[in-house]
Amino acid sequence: MAAISKKNPVDLIFSFVTAIASFSVIIFILGILYVLVSESSLAISRFGIIKFLTSTDWNPVTESFGALTNIYGTIVTTFLSLLIAIPVAIGIAIFVTEISPNFLKTPIGIAIELLAAIPSIIYGMWGLFTLSPIMSNYVEPFLKKITAGIPLVSVLFQGTPMGIDILTASIILSIMIIPFTASISRDSFNLTPAVVKESAYALGATKWEVVKNVVIPYSKLGVFGGIVLSLGRALGETMAVAFVLGNNHRITTSLLDAAATITVTLANEFAEADNDVYLSALFYLALVLFVMSFITLAIAKFFLLKAERKYSR
Amino acid sequence: MKVLLRIALVLAVMFSMTHVEAAETLNGAGATFPYPVYSAWAFDYNKITGVQLNYQSIGSGGGVRQITERTVHFGASDDPLKPEQLQKDRLLQFPAVIGGVVPVANLDGINPGQLKLDSDTLCKIFLGEIKTWDAAAVQKLNPGLKLPQGEITVVYRSDGSGTTAIFTHYLAEACPDWKNKVGEGKAVKFPIGIGGKGNEGVANYVKRTRNAVGYVEFAYAKQNKLDYAQLKNKAGNFVEPGFASFEDAAETGDFDAKKDFHLWLTNAPGKGSWPIAGATFILLAKEKTDTNKNVVKFFDWAFKNGDNKAKELVYVPLPKSLKEKIKAYWKANGLQ
Repeated sequence: MAAISKKNPVDLIFSFVTAIASFSVIIFILGILYVLVSESSLAISRFGIIKFLTSTDWNPVTESFGALTNIYGTIVTTFLSLLIAIPVAIGIAIFVTEISPNFLKTPIGIAIELLAAIPSIIYGMWGLFTLSPIMSNYVEPFLKKITAGIPLVSVLFQGTPMGIDILTASIILSIMIIPFTASISRDSFNLTPAVVKESAYALGATKWEVVKNVVIPYSKLGVFGGIVLSLGRALGETMAVAFVLGNNHRITTSLLDAAATITVTLANEFAEADNDVYLSALFYLALVLFVMSFITLAIAKFFLLKAERKYSR
Repeated sequence: MKVLLRIALVLAVMFSMTHVEAAETLNGAGATFPYPVYSAWAFDYNKITGVQLNYQSIGSGGGVRQITERTVHFGASDDPLKPEQLQKDRLLQFPAVIGGVVPVANLDGINPGQLKLDSDTLCKIFLGEIKTWDAAAVQKLNPGLKLPQGEITVVYRSDGSGTTAIFTHYLAEACPDWKNKVGEGKAVKFPIGIGGKGNEGVANYVKRTRNAVGYVEFAYAKQNKLDYAQLKNKAGNFVEPGFASFEDAAETGDFDAKKDFHLWLTNAPGKGSWPIAGATFILLAKEKTDTNKNVVKFFDWAFKNGDNKAKELVYVPLPKSLKEKIKAYWKANGLQ
């Protein structure tokens, strides 16, 4: 107590205000959790936890609801979009920090930030009117052709190329999340001390070797943090996906099939859900997404902390 | 102190004035389908009376929920509530305007209105039992047409909607298989196909996908120049969708004020009736007589002066006999 009372009163007020700001976050999260749990209690008691998570039936007419198709769609689109986005984003970051001439750095940087500023509904409209015809007319028939006959891979490209499917949705998602990973990776690449890089060059390392052995290991944690941020965005993205995914409550093996994600189902069906169980089931879905995001972020944080400790040793 | 009192007085006067102004605003929420015509009517009505109508098109289900919770002056739904439910939630209900849902397809070399279908083939197509357009059942209805061979892609509404409610009600009524396997509602589990968001989404997918079939409100079929189909109605005639056939359905539909006008306009008995027509309804909270009177004033004005505007926007105005029934209903409930 003595230590605090010695402090300047302004400092006291300052620490008090920041503490309130931080605690408000926790209160918000708890408030959201409370609303989700209480609103979904009807569906929880009706369907249970295991049954809701494993049932693929989503049928408002018979009031029978299961989340598995939605969970599947969410995971697959998120995974695919990260698969596409991460290499591109890191490529952009390496180019901007290590390779590009100075006069190009600013325009590319601004372009990346603009990409993050575009509202998701615009991505959705663009996906529906521009990207999806291109996908269905050119890209998907081509993918079908080159993968035909290859076991396992050809399964991924079965069916009629419609352009309204998991693949198109994942590509749009990946474009949306590239800026997050790219700009954070760029910032952490920039933090690599110039002395270290110069020493490597002095030892005769090539540019590729410097990037591979110095820059990337040095900024691994930052890049990983950027990926986690992208992951969160991809899990929760709604409007852009709603336009090109087709809201199809079935589990399919082909990437050329329509699917449904949790957020898309919520956006599409919330306004018209007219009976209590239906509404409650939608809240239950939201709760599932909340828990899913929490778990993935917790796992990511765990690895981040582990890596940090290993690094600081 | 005196200054404070004066400020309080001025504030009180100001508040009471804004309160008067607030009474001049009508808040409504619900179905997206009639939104264009309600807002066009509201614009004209505002010019004449100064009354603001603020309509949020959040969907029929949302409209029902909002009026049940009494957060708006009126709700709107494409899906008529049953008299028992109206009784339970103390609501009044009357129709406002009529529209039609049209099956649309993307068929090479076939013009809008050329394809003929009946409820049975439509049902089998949407169930996935008829897989190609040149299947015998479809070909039989279209002896003169050269139908394409490719596989049919079914397109449905991915968002919950009154359009889906009307369409699935029609299928369930006409086709026992549909009723048993899928059922009816604003969102149903379609056995095959892909979902488009909104009427525009469905129209877009159908327009782009060869051999696709879907269902949209008539205005969207026309705007997008889609191949809409003729349908065989209850009387056994093939009819084209359009004002005449929607109007015929509206006139032969037996709207009963005793049942709060609860009626589906599907499979209407008239000779020239379009089989998938539907009215959209207004819901009022029974005990709020004062605001209800204002809402009724607006619709009374619209019924008298709004028919041309409605037609311009491809809606069918209510037939005269029905308007009179509604007026009697208002009077009986002390709203006019």
